[in-house]
Amino acid sequence: MNGIHDMGGMHGFGPIPREIDEPVFHAEWERRMFAMALAALGRRIFNVDEFRRAIERIPPADYLRSSYYERWMRALVALLAEKGVASAAELAVVFERADRGLESGVARASGNSPERAAAPESPATPGAGGHRLRDDPNFPARFKVGDRVIARNLNPEHHTRLPRYARGRRGVIRHDWGVFVLPDTHAHGGGPNPRHCYSVEFDGRELWGEDHPASAAVLVDLWEPYLEPAAAEAGGSRTRGARKVTRTRAPRAGAHAKEDQR
Amino acid sequence: MSDDGHPEHNAPDSGPTLRVKALEALLVEKGLVDPAALDAIVDQYEHRVGPRIGARVVARAWVDAAFRARLLANANAAIAELGIPSGPEGEHLMALENAPRLHNMVVCTLCSCYPWPVLGLPPAWYKSFAYRSRAVADPRGVLREFGVELAPEVEIRVWDSSAELRYLVIPMRPAGTGHLSEAELAALVTRDAMIGTAIVNYPPPAAAKSAAE
Repeated sequence: MNGIHDMGGMHGFGPIPREIDEPVFHAEWERRMFAMALAALGRRIFNVDEFRRAIERIPPADYLRSSYYERWMRALVALLAEKGVASAAELAVVFERADRGLESGVARASGNSPERAAAPESPATPGAGGHRLRDDPNFPARFKVGDRVIARNLNPEHHTRLPRYARGRRGVIRHDWGVFVLPDTHAHGGGPNPRHCYSVEFDGRELWGEDHPASAAVLVDLWEPYLEPAAAEAGGSRTRGARKVTRTRAPRAGAHAKEDQR
Repeated sequence: MSDDGHPEHNAPDSGPTLRVKALEALLVEKGLVDPAALDAIVDQYEHRVGPRIGARVVARAWVDAAFRARLLANANAAIAELGIPSGPEGEHLMALENAPRLHNMVVCTLCSCYPWPVLGLPPAWYKSFAYRSRAVADPRGVLREFGVELAPEVEIRVWDSSAELRYLVIPMRPAGTGHLSEAELAALVTRDAMIGTAIVNYPPPAAAKSAAE
């Protein structure tokens, strides 16, 4: 979705806020919030793509106003309701009481139902939802290292990991990372839909214009459905699906497309 | 200060404190989380993982060329040699080696992806809107803000962690460190250097903080 989370290239956020001797967490509630989200991921109540999508769905003004773990809280609450873990009404009552400073309506006694609290997976292995398909031979790669590609100009309302700044831009495949679950479907109950994922290098001037300083490239990890072969020179005939696309430069003069020297 | 530089949102007893308590109580009641398991997760990320782990990896890469080659070829296998497990947000690690004419820098423009097993949880600045928006479009300006002025001929590669790959920058070993032990070298390596917003200096600047303890 074309959300506020997709920030690459935006202006106006000011200098980067750096904190000396920064603690890992800034408040106790952040610790608990982080751990709850990880525990829920570990129990497969939702997958990491659903979690990212839930954060992205926060209305833009709220997203900008909230702190990092406040966004996590909103996402967790939304997913608990969506997954039927707790009804929206139940969550509303719990929060309403919390906001009034009342003890939660739910039992505070630990051990209330420890036998139902299934042993969580080790903190070291909450798992992100089955991204373990890298070498699956059933998914042949459409592109190979060195291929010139264009990031498609997609503007889906659903979750995607194709940043806006790369859409419609020409790049070069630098790595084939192997086969990964496609977030676009995995975030929406559409299954893992595994596809190759590539590191695509975009020249800074291709992304940001001719005024951009030279010698700065951005490498973005993009799934195969986000990409199409770069057409040959404008006006040239285009071989559909050709694996070896072209060795010529992008037509933009001075695009500083680097030769495949690495 | 909050993670996004909005200090007004982190008063000790602000809304989130009570709401998160209530949420935890609800999930405990439903048998979905165990407070002790949450304690263990917090302990893991507050005390057990962090940039000292990545610094060990970098120091080993500096002193052992064969290890460096294995690290660049398969980072997960290489860190396993050092007894470092690959966990969440680090199941597909990639080491990026800086060179005299090449500087790597890592960002996640879409959220906050970061190599947890070797660096722990990201600092607030990495998650900030300012860094996420500017790193890809103005890397030299960002580096300048961090006090790093790269010569114009140094090529910058910014890696946007938009998928499940997680990146660890292997900074250049500073000159004059031939006499240092591996542990002494590791102590020079800062968190920011492994993200790519700092270079490693020797002797370390007096005021510089090594990677968070």
